[in-house]
Amino acid sequence: MTDSACYRLEGIEYSYGGRWRLEIPLLEVMAGEILALIGPTGAGKSTLLRLLHFLEPPSTGRMAFEGREIGYPPPLELRRRVGMIFQRPLMLAGTVRHNIAIGLRFRGESEGGRVEELLRRFDLEALADREARLISGGEMQRVALARALAYEPAVLLLDEPAANLDPGHVRAIERIIREAHELAGLTMVVATHNLAQARRLSQRTAMLSAGRLIEAQPTERLFANPMSQVTADYVYEETLLERPESP
Amino acid sequence: MIQDPQGVWPVVRLTLIVSGAALAISAAIGIPIGTWLGLARFRGRAWVRAVIYTGMGLPPVVVGLAVYLLLSRKGPLGDLGWLFTPAAMVVAQIIIAFPIVAGLTSAALEALDPELSAQVRSVGANARQEALVLLRQARGGLLAALLAAFGGIISEVGAAMLVGGNIEGRTRVLSTAVVLETRRGNFATAMALGGTLLFLAFVINAALLRLNVSPRLRR
Amino acid sequence: MLRRLCLAFVVGLALLLAACAAPTQTPKPQRLRLATTTSTYDSGLLDAILPAYEQAHGVRVDVIAVGTGQAIEIGKSGDVDVVLVHTRALEDAFVAGGYGVERLPVMFNDFILVGPIDDPAEISGALTATDALTRIYDSQSTFVSRADDSGTYARELTLWEMAGLSPSLTDAWYLPIGQGMGETLLFTEEQKGYTLSDRGTYLSMAESLPGLGILFGGQTIAGNPDPAMFNPYGVIQVAPKDPSAPEADLAKDFVDWLTSLETQALISDFGVETYDQPLFYPASRAWCADRGADSPGCSGS
Repeated sequence: MTDSACYRLEGIEYSYGGRWRLEIPLLEVMAGEILALIGPTGAGKSTLLRLLHFLEPPSTGRMAFEGREIGYPPPLELRRRVGMIFQRPLMLAGTVRHNIAIGLRFRGESEGGRVEELLRRFDLEALADREARLISGGEMQRVALARALAYEPAVLLLDEPAANLDPGHVRAIERIIREAHELAGLTMVVATHNLAQARRLSQRTAMLSAGRLIEAQPTERLFANPMSQVTADYVYEETLLERPESP
Repeated sequence: MIQDPQGVWPVVRLTLIVSGAALAISAAIGIPIGTWLGLARFRGRAWVRAVIYTGMGLPPVVVGLAVYLLLSRKGPLGDLGWLFTPAAMVVAQIIIAFPIVAGLTSAALEALDPELSAQVRSVGANARQEALVLLRQARGGLLAALLAAFGGIISEVGAAMLVGGNIEGRTRVLSTAVVLETRRGNFATAMALGGTLLFLAFVINAALLRLNVSPRLRR
Repeated sequence: MLRRLCLAFVVGLALLLAACAAPTQTPKPQRLRLATTTSTYDSGLLDAILPAYEQAHGVRVDVIAVGTGQAIEIGKSGDVDVVLVHTRALEDAFVAGGYGVERLPVMFNDFILVGPIDDPAEISGALTATDALTRIYDSQSTFVSRADDSGTYARELTLWEMAGLSPSLTDAWYLPIGQGMGETLLFTEEQKGYTLSDRGTYLSMAESLPGLGILFGGQTIAGNPDPAMFNPYGVIQVAPKDPSAPEADLAKDFVDWLTSLETQALISDFGVETYDQPLFYPASRAWCADRGADSPGCSGS
């Protein structure tokens, strides 16, 4: 892990049709770290991920990626350096193999055995020729991960990667995430409402509430010693509720 | 006059050429416009859509009359000499068919999961790749758009009669032949021609629907 | 699949273009465009006489069969070379307006009143068409009107006017349907009504009209008691944009041919085999000069 900032967001505000709101006074995502985004439903976690993926432009504010200021619309090459696992991954019509290869195809890159390797790594070989829209939710999550990792992005964004999975699959996904992080030195941002997961995975955690960034700290410090009362209340309540299932 | 079966062949041939060419050109214009309308977000989109949807309901006779006035020797495009030729019929049928193709294409794209577009871009698609992938996802609707347009023009009679003139061996198509034979009281011939039209439409529908078999089954 | 569809699309388009292009490879025959009424075309007359002209002159005649009003309009905009119709007033106005070169008599047939065989209005005893229409009017028997741009409808209006009657849309027995002759006859059959028809169309459809009979106008043109029911057809060469263009000569040739003795003989033979009577009686100047008083069409126009 290096200390240079992968993302730097300054004075970012975002609004869309008066519905989604986001306010980020200052946030840095360090290269090679795993940053967890926590906060209640509707806090703006998904919206922030879309901004980090250059899918939506901020209304105001400055955003830098790898030290370079970003103009809008950002060049396609920038978006192509980022991968994202959506909360509800959608499959394209076609086989699982086709779905995993699609990012490479968009880039005009040859597969060079990478798809086969990912199929093996994510235990998808048996499904390779199945119609992707007909596999289970957990399988889709794995295909989505393989699809994003296939083109070797510099940043991987994950939106509630364990939301719809049973505990066994949650552990499997987390193992895969950690592996990907260690193998490729990926920068990762994981939005989750599962605080235990945030603590298991991340080095740093950012707390969002009602569209506003409350604080961002090294994970253990945030949980042990939150700066803000909002964070303290949220962490306390959620932890109480979660205690029975936590290991 | 179309009592002998040999007389039917040129009529069938011209029907296919005219409606096929009109459909091909309508698809070439209508699919891009429908895609743009279905995917782009811009001011006045609702108005453009209202115009296209209204176009889907244009009475063929009105289209025929407009094309007639346009192509008439006294009209602005009279010098082309297209009136009472298959070219005039193709023009009229394009005007009838392309709003159907565009409208139903955009409807098919709008029926897709709204998240899909973002997820396709997320994987790295540029604008063209995104549109192509989304069209592929909406291919059932796209096919329905083409079939609806084709069904509309191959059976259409008002415009074909007006701008084609139903000239034997030159601009007579199945639908206008049915009208002629009915007018002449040759109901049996008219019904036979109607059956031919129906059969033709069926064969083409079946052939196009074959294309829509899932890729997994085709490999 | 999208790629496959595109491929099919391109192949289809290529085939279509090839198919479109192929016929233009052969040298184009000269074309003459003739706008005429549905009665001359649907009766089969033109199919019977035109091949002789096309072979002799190496010219294709494109026949556009529409209502008289539409035929006149097409002629006015210069989209055809020759007009063959049967509404004298419109024809004269056409020539007077400078749209046509000259109106020449070609042939005539006649109108008849058809109705239910039991004849509730008792028009079969009438001596004139106006008398027959008055009986229909007085008995409020169902009458079906073309109510379109046809010469037949124009004649119907003239006859009502001559009878001093004006059936209105509010009269439940008077049904203006706005359709062609064939459709109107079928409608009349279904409604057990009366209607005005040209003889040719009625004869060609009589088999599908078992409930109708000719109740006024006689079984042949010669037996028609009322000259007001005669229906003369005129041919007009559309005024050419450029009188020296080959199309202009072509149109003039066609008019000459149509009014020539030989063609007129073809017209007088047409229908005799099928209906035991001619459907049209020749009436051109050449024919009348030759046959004079023998021919029923030569006394009038």
